[in-house]
Amino acid sequence: MVFGVILAGGTGSRMGNFEKPKQFLTIGDRPVIIHTIEKFFVNDKFEKIIVLCPANWISHASGLVKKYIGETKRVVIIEGGSTRNETIMNSINYIEENYGLGDDIVIVTHDSVRPFVTYRIIEENISLAEKYGACDTVIPATDTIVKGENGYISDIPDRRAMYQGQTPQSFKAKKLKELYMSLTETERAILTDAAKIFVMKGEKVYLVEGEVFNIKITYPYDLKVAEALIKGDMDVC
Amino acid sequence: MLNAVYRLVAPRRFEVAFNNIDLCEDKILVRPTHMSICRADQRYYQGTRPAEILEKKLPMALIHEAVGEVVYDPQGYFAPGNPVVLIPNLPSEYDDIISENYLESSVFRSSGYDGFMQDYISMDKDRVIKLPDSINKSVASFTELSSVSVHAIGRFSSIAHMRRNNVGIWGDGTLGYITAVIFKALFPDTELYIFGTDREKLESFSFAERTFLVQSVPENIRVDHAFECVGGDASQKAVNQIISLIRPEGTIALLGVSEYNVPLNTRLILEKGLRLFGSSRSGRKDFEKIVELYKSSPEIIGHLVNIVGAQIEIRSINDMVTAFETDMRKPMGKTIMIWKK
Repeated sequence: MVFGVILAGGTGSRMGNFEKPKQFLTIGDRPVIIHTIEKFFVNDKFEKIIVLCPANWISHASGLVKKYIGETKRVVIIEGGSTRNETIMNSINYIEENYGLGDDIVIVTHDSVRPFVTYRIIEENISLAEKYGACDTVIPATDTIVKGENGYISDIPDRRAMYQGQTPQSFKAKKLKELYMSLTETERAILTDAAKIFVMKGEKVYLVEGEVFNIKITYPYDLKVAEALIKGDMDVC
Repeated sequence: MLNAVYRLVAPRRFEVAFNNIDLCEDKILVRPTHMSICRADQRYYQGTRPAEILEKKLPMALIHEAVGEVVYDPQGYFAPGNPVVLIPNLPSEYDDIISENYLESSVFRSSGYDGFMQDYISMDKDRVIKLPDSINKSVASFTELSSVSVHAIGRFSSIAHMRRNNVGIWGDGTLGYITAVIFKALFPDTELYIFGTDREKLESFSFAERTFLVQSVPENIRVDHAFECVGGDASQKAVNQIISLIRPEGTIALLGVSEYNVPLNTRLILEKGLRLFGSSRSGRKDFEKIVELYKSSPEIIGHLVNIVGAQIEIRSINDMVTAFETDMRKPMGKTIMIWKK
């Protein structure tokens, strides 16, 4: 059984003066989060699409889903956690309460602010997570990555081995929970994403080739880029 | 839903753009799986269409021959995963006399309207036809071209007089081959004569009764009717040879596309009382007919598989360029793009 997990927990603190969290801003003719949910909604492999957002935005998100997608039991909206990984754990807890947590349950976790994700990326995430237990979507790094400490460069890794992480990140849910629960508070504090839980514990995470345009709408600049990508094409199907 | 569309923006240059698919419109979402490159697509890719046409029609997603799998159908006519063929002609009205592919109001994908090089394709219900689950998808990907032959043969059947002892097909390329394969399945008792310029290609018409090199046709050879599947610069020679060799009151089906006007021997057309009809593109009933033929006459698939050329997996824009460049160099057959983008 496969579940989509849309992470919409951010409050948009990096989006300048916008009051709304970035996932609720509009590109084209609808909110970013709706564009993203739609990509999962049309894929029948997903038993349910679990959307996790801040408590005070749950009603708004529910209204948007009803308005743009219609009445559906396949999209559920629940409260996220205090961190990205706590939010993912909330989704796993929801699955465990409602379906049990079998070994074969896969979650495809995705940023709500990456609406340009493609069919292939989602399909390959499902396929590799089912086969290997964990995968992460990446694109080759185009800029040289520099490691810095105390104001100086401490290392310049070989760019050919460097990738930029995107989402989805997909996992066997039970395994992810077990590994997360085995981490110490100190270990949890340095996590930036869920794939790192597997890496820290010596587990393999397979790579899925992402797309340069699978951008994360984080800054006002990104919103302009997203608008530019779809400019002039919204009336063509 | 934001949908990636891979458009030709200038000759030999593809770029990604995005459109919006409204899930509330009750359309069927299809994921393309196999696409076939047509000569018309090549003319855009190579920039050999007149400059004013390129200026008017680009940027545009190419490809009008494709099959795919249903992803989402809110009305439930199709199940997710159903293999389907996609109809590129998009009529906006119905006419009980004029076929949908001749209506001036119809638009056609990859000719002024985005073709199938997309992440998802949003289709009206009547533009999608289910294929058998076990179909060879590479062959099925050029069903549109096969339906063009079906359309022309259907028109021939209703126009040509009933003496059909032998029929000639001019053109030993892909369109000639497909037309010959389907004609033989529909008219097994009619002798089929193939006229071409390449001895090797003519050898591939193993099911035809006779084949001829156009420069050395024996004097006594005549045909009751003919199909012209040549097009291009050779149209004039081909059609005039047909006019010379066809018996009186024969019917000539013109299928080959030419960018230029073609001078014809009208004196002989008049003297013989010939009928010439044009045939272009196809409509839903032609697609239905060819899909039925795939099931009832499996030898059609057996012959068509012989013209499947390079099959190129598409994961990047560079792969798209590779597919079109490979297709340019092929002597015959269809280049298939296996869509993994």
